[in-house]
Amino acid sequence: MAGAWVPLALTLKVAGWATLLNLVLGVGAGFLLARRRFPGRDVLDALLTLPMVMPPTVLGYYLLVLMGRRGPLGGWLESTFGIHLIFTWQGAVIAAAVVSFPLVFKSARAAFEAVDPQLEQAARVLGMREWPVFLRVTLPLAWRGVMAGLLLAFARAMGEFGATLMVAGSIPGRTQTLSVAVYEAVQAGQDGLANFLVLVTSATCMAVLLIAGRLAPGRVAGQL
Amino acid sequence: MPVSLSRLAVPLIALLLSWQASAADLTISAATSLTQAFKELAPLFEAQHPDTKVLLNFGASGALLQQIAKGAPVDVFASADQASMDEAQAQLLVQPAQRRNFVSNALVVIVPAGSAKAPKTLQDLATPAFARVAIGLPASVPAGRYAKALLDKAGLWASVEPKMIGAQNVRQALEYVARGEVDAGFVYATDAAAMPGKVTVAFTVPTAEVPVRYPVAPVATGPNRDAAHRFIAFLFTPSAQVVLAKHGFGKP
Repeated sequence: MAGAWVPLALTLKVAGWATLLNLVLGVGAGFLLARRRFPGRDVLDALLTLPMVMPPTVLGYYLLVLMGRRGPLGGWLESTFGIHLIFTWQGAVIAAAVVSFPLVFKSARAAFEAVDPQLEQAARVLGMREWPVFLRVTLPLAWRGVMAGLLLAFARAMGEFGATLMVAGSIPGRTQTLSVAVYEAVQAGQDGLANFLVLVTSATCMAVLLIAGRLAPGRVAGQL
Repeated sequence: MPVSLSRLAVPLIALLLSWQASAADLTISAATSLTQAFKELAPLFEAQHPDTKVLLNFGASGALLQQIAKGAPVDVFASADQASMDEAQAQLLVQPAQRRNFVSNALVVIVPAGSAKAPKTLQDLATPAFARVAIGLPASVPAGRYAKALLDKAGLWASVEPKMIGAQNVRQALEYVARGEVDAGFVYATDAAAMPGKVTVAFTVPTAEVPVRYPVAPVATGPNRDAAHRFIAFLFTPSAQVVLAKHGFGKP
C-alpha cells in the first residue's frame, strides 16, 4: 500500500505547479479583460473560458497534436531545446493548467471588475506608478476572489483525468497521478488498492478544503 | 414560463427514463482489437435477426472482465486471451460449456512509419536506441500480458520495463507508435494492418512462441441468453469468418 504515497505526492506536485502557472496567466488575463477594451474582447473571453466547458478528451487531443513529437510546438521544442513534453510530469502540469485555467481567469476577472476604480485613481493621484498601484491597491482588493479561483483551480487540477491520461500517459512514479492510479487499479480488478487510493484521495481533498477555509476565513470558504 | 416548462416535462422525463435496455438488446463486450471487425459483424447479425439490436462495448479484456464481475448487464464476452476468460470462468461469470475459440492473431513489434531504426530481435529493444516502448498494461491488457510473458522468457523484462509506456488498451499502444511518441510498441498483427501508412511491422513473434487465440462465451447472468448463443454460433458461420479474415484474423 506504500505505493499510494507516490501518486499522491505527484498529484500535489502537478496540481501545485499548474496552480502557480495559473496564478500568473489567469490573473494576468483576468486583469487585462477586466480593464482594457479592445476589439475581439468577447471572442477572447469565450476562447479562454472554453477549457471549462469542453470535454477534457478534446483538450487532451488538442494538446497531444500540438505538443507531440510531430506537432508544431512539440517538434520545435524537441529540435530546439531537446524538450519532450508527452509522457512527462511537465506535460501533466500543462494539461492540468489548461483545464483549470478558466476557474482562475473567470474569478479574477470578476474580482478585478468589482474593485472601485476611484481607489486606484486616488493612488495614482498620490503619485504611485502603474505596477505599485496594481500590486498594492488592485490585487489586495481583489485577492479574496482571486484566491477562491485559485483554490477551485487547485482542486480541479488534482482531479484532472482525461487530458492528463492522453498527454502524460500512466507511468508509475513519473506521470501516474491519483485519479489515473484509481482508474488503473479498478481496470485491473485490484479492489484493495483502489479502496486505499480512493480513501487517500478523499482525505486529501477534505484537507485541502479545510486548509482553504483556514487560509481565508469567511468569504472564500463560502464561495467554494 | 410555467406553461412551456410543464409541456416540456413529459418528453423530458421520457428521455430520462429511456436509458433502460429493451428486452431485444444483445450487449457484447469485446476486446479492443476486435473493434472494426465486430462493428462490421453487428449489422450482418442484425440483418439475420431483425428483432435483435446489438450493442457493442469495447475495452481491454481485463477491464471488460472487471465490468462483468461488478454486475454489468453483458450477454457475450469475447476476450483477446485465455487468461481473462479463465478468470471469468473461475468466478463463474460465463457459461463454460459454450466457451469456444473463434479467431487467432499474432503479436508483432511495430515502429512509426519512416522510422530510421527498427528492431530486428527482442534483444534490440533492450538497447538504448529504443528509449520508449509502448506496451499494454499487463494487469488488464492481454497484448501487454503476451509481451511481458515473452520478454520475461527472454530475460529482458527487467531492461525493457523502465522504458515501458503503459497503454490502457492495445489500440492506445498503436496510437502512441503511429504518432511517433514512442520508438516501438507491441500490438497485434490485425492492429498494425489497421494503420498501414502510419506504422511498420518490425517483426512478428512466432505464434508457436506466443499463441494468441480469442475465446468467446455467453455471460452467465446475461439478460438475453438466447441471442447470446445465436451470436456465438453466428461467429462460426462462413459469412462471419470471411469478415474476420478480411480484418486479418486467422482460423482458431
